[in-house]
Amino acid sequence: MEKQEYTITLYTENTIGMIGRISTIFSRRKINIESLNTSPSEAEGIHRFTIVIHETEEVVRKLCRQIEKQVEVLKAYYNTNDEVIWQEQALYKVPTAVVTEKAPVERLLRQYGASAVVIRADYTVFETAGHREEIDALTDALAEYSLIEFVRSARIAIIKDSEGFHKKLKEFEEAEPAEEVVENRYLNKQDKVFTM
Amino acid sequence: MNTLEITKDTPHSTLEEQAGTTKISGSQAVLEALLAEGVDTIFGYPGGAIMPIYDALYDYNDRLQHILVRHEQGGIHAGQGYARTSGRVGVVFATSGPGATNLVTGLADAMIDSNPIVCITGQVFAHLLGTDAFQETDVINITTPVTKWNYQVTDACEIPTALAKAFHIARTGRPGPVLIDITKNAQLQLFEYQGYAKCNHIRSYRPKPIVRRAYVEQAATLINGAKKPFVLFGQGIILGKAEAEFRAFIEKAGLPAAATVMGLSALETDHPLHVGMLGMHGNYAPNVLTNACDVLIAVGMRFDDRVTGRLDKYAKQAQVVHLDIDPAEIDKNVKAAVPVWGDCKETLPLLTELVEKREHTDWLAHFRKLEQEEIKEVITDELNPKSATLTMGEVVKLLNELTGGDAVIVTDVGQHQMVACRYAKFNQSKSNVTSGGLGTMGFGLPAAIGAWYGAPDRTVVAIIGDGGIQMTIQELGTIMQFGAKVKILILNNEFLGMVRQWQQLFHDRRYSFVNITSPDFVTVAKGYGIAGRSVSERQELKAALAEMIAHDGSYLLEVMVGKENNVFPMVPQGSSVAEIRLK
Repeated sequence: MEKQEYTITLYTENTIGMIGRISTIFSRRKINIESLNTSPSEAEGIHRFTIVIHETEEVVRKLCRQIEKQVEVLKAYYNTNDEVIWQEQALYKVPTAVVTEKAPVERLLRQYGASAVVIRADYTVFETAGHREEIDALTDALAEYSLIEFVRSARIAIIKDSEGFHKKLKEFEEAEPAEEVVENRYLNKQDKVFTM
Repeated sequence: MNTLEITKDTPHSTLEEQAGTTKISGSQAVLEALLAEGVDTIFGYPGGAIMPIYDALYDYNDRLQHILVRHEQGGIHAGQGYARTSGRVGVVFATSGPGATNLVTGLADAMIDSNPIVCITGQVFAHLLGTDAFQETDVINITTPVTKWNYQVTDACEIPTALAKAFHIARTGRPGPVLIDITKNAQLQLFEYQGYAKCNHIRSYRPKPIVRRAYVEQAATLINGAKKPFVLFGQGIILGKAEAEFRAFIEKAGLPAAATVMGLSALETDHPLHVGMLGMHGNYAPNVLTNACDVLIAVGMRFDDRVTGRLDKYAKQAQVVHLDIDPAEIDKNVKAAVPVWGDCKETLPLLTELVEKREHTDWLAHFRKLEQEEIKEVITDELNPKSATLTMGEVVKLLNELTGGDAVIVTDVGQHQMVACRYAKFNQSKSNVTSGGLGTMGFGLPAAIGAWYGAPDRTVVAIIGDGGIQMTIQELGTIMQFGAKVKILILNNEFLGMVRQWQQLFHDRRYSFVNITSPDFVTVAKGYGIAGRSVSERQELKAALAEMIAHDGSYLLEVMVGKENNVFPMVPQGSSVAEIRLK
């Protein structure tokens, strides 16, 4: 099985120490987290983790099962890049003189859809959002023009065929879980797995 | 609001009547929670940061039995032993800092062997957290990977809920250890006590996957069509209290069944369908025939590497049916053709209903034929040796004769453990207490103490090596003070035997630091007021064992056994189960 980029989406309780609980599941297996974002989710009081790792499907599936064993984790999903809409954001600090004096810089910023956030006499801060490759390309290009500071955010991602967590949360809140709570790759792909 | 100050003399019933209008301390709330959860025994050790709880305990002494251990590691292993023989949650107290860090080995052991444990640790005052205060350690982060759940309480109001969740999580689903860390201010704090409500639902926690009928039906179809079906059973049967359901299942379908180390005693050893133990030092037939069966039915076990040997050569010819309560175990090591998620107490009866009555006589005979080979090549010499020196196997055989298989057998880790697991006879469930997954030397003695408190009417024999006993020998003091009637059977080969065996077989006999000297164990026992005896002659052995069992109270018997005896059969590391060596 080939390694590729996977986006893991977790719905969790918002309790102290969740990042630590989640991250040890990766570090114990010597798996690097490429990016990690935590934020509120569409469901009130439920936190959403977006984690990017480069691994095989089998490893990611097993990781998600282990993560779901954490008491405060409600659900773990994993998706390939074509199953999610995703973005990263970046901020660049460039000397204002360079921007005004060197035409290629302005062209670059325009080309990558970067917009100015702050303009000062000494420096200007631009921001852009997009896929990793676009951001990296702009960063590489700007490096030649006295890039003072650069920072990129973790990936945030929306799952294309997800209905959100509202309904699922209701099921979780019931003492007896509804059938749908248990996701199962076997039942969905029964004919492929079970042959007699 | 009508409040009532709780004094030392306030009886428990008054607390309940006044619930909702009562002010009690966090410490009292801890003890009220334990009573409400039906706890009767605590293993613990006091210290600065847990002193308020111990102060409160002074007044609960009539309702909560506290066993003062000699080391916190001993405390948690005792809690594990208690949990294993009683089927209840083991409760352990320790103080902050070193008290809490001393629990870590036991937590890891309880985690990997799924023991329901609730540890309560004291912590420094909340305002001192993170200041490197005296006896402060970051217990929550240290124990996160080795607990099923942990939580730090800094406000007494949280105590009832935190403990209710702790007990619920520890004992439901796949059980495991939970640690609640309570800062000293929370223990001292008086708060409006609303009474104790047990927890039965946490929205983010699914202890039991839903049973899917479709899988049960698929599993039954596979089993009904099988010519050479084979069952592997683990501790899940014991934890799920599904011994009767399991027996009914294998008896109806006529399925030969082999135990993992942790599954031993779930099915009585003498059952006609019991074909022995799996694993590195398990029996010949179940290992070899794992790679010959057509349907492999795993019940409440997790395909540990000591069971499977080399994975890419493990049961490749078989369709695997895996019954487990923990979805993360399905497909983790061995791919399942049919996963039967759920509590085996529920899934096994469903399966039994659908399987057809069979008797796989020829297939079972195959097991018995290979068993004869093992008897001829290994077992006869081990149980009825011609050697001048004693063997561990003959000691266990005599023990079986004397106890009839009714004793609880607790073991430490190493050669004696494998010999005990191979040869001990078990008539009833919850009779085998051993450190399976973690392989914790030093587990045996304290676990045996706990095992006795969990089943005080049973004979508890702790079989321990000369190395392991020295790791937690201080717990003889606990026996001396509180009188647990533990029979301590030291099998002394004057070596760290299992490591020595590997050095002999795989490291060219380069015996590197396996030669261990021991004190005079009988004299040590005497120092603790425990009767004892040492034997090295065959003619004395049976009488000595009988004396140990008959003795009213704890007793230490040291048996000197052959120094360089090996445990066979053996699946060498990296080999397939079918490549098991008889010598």
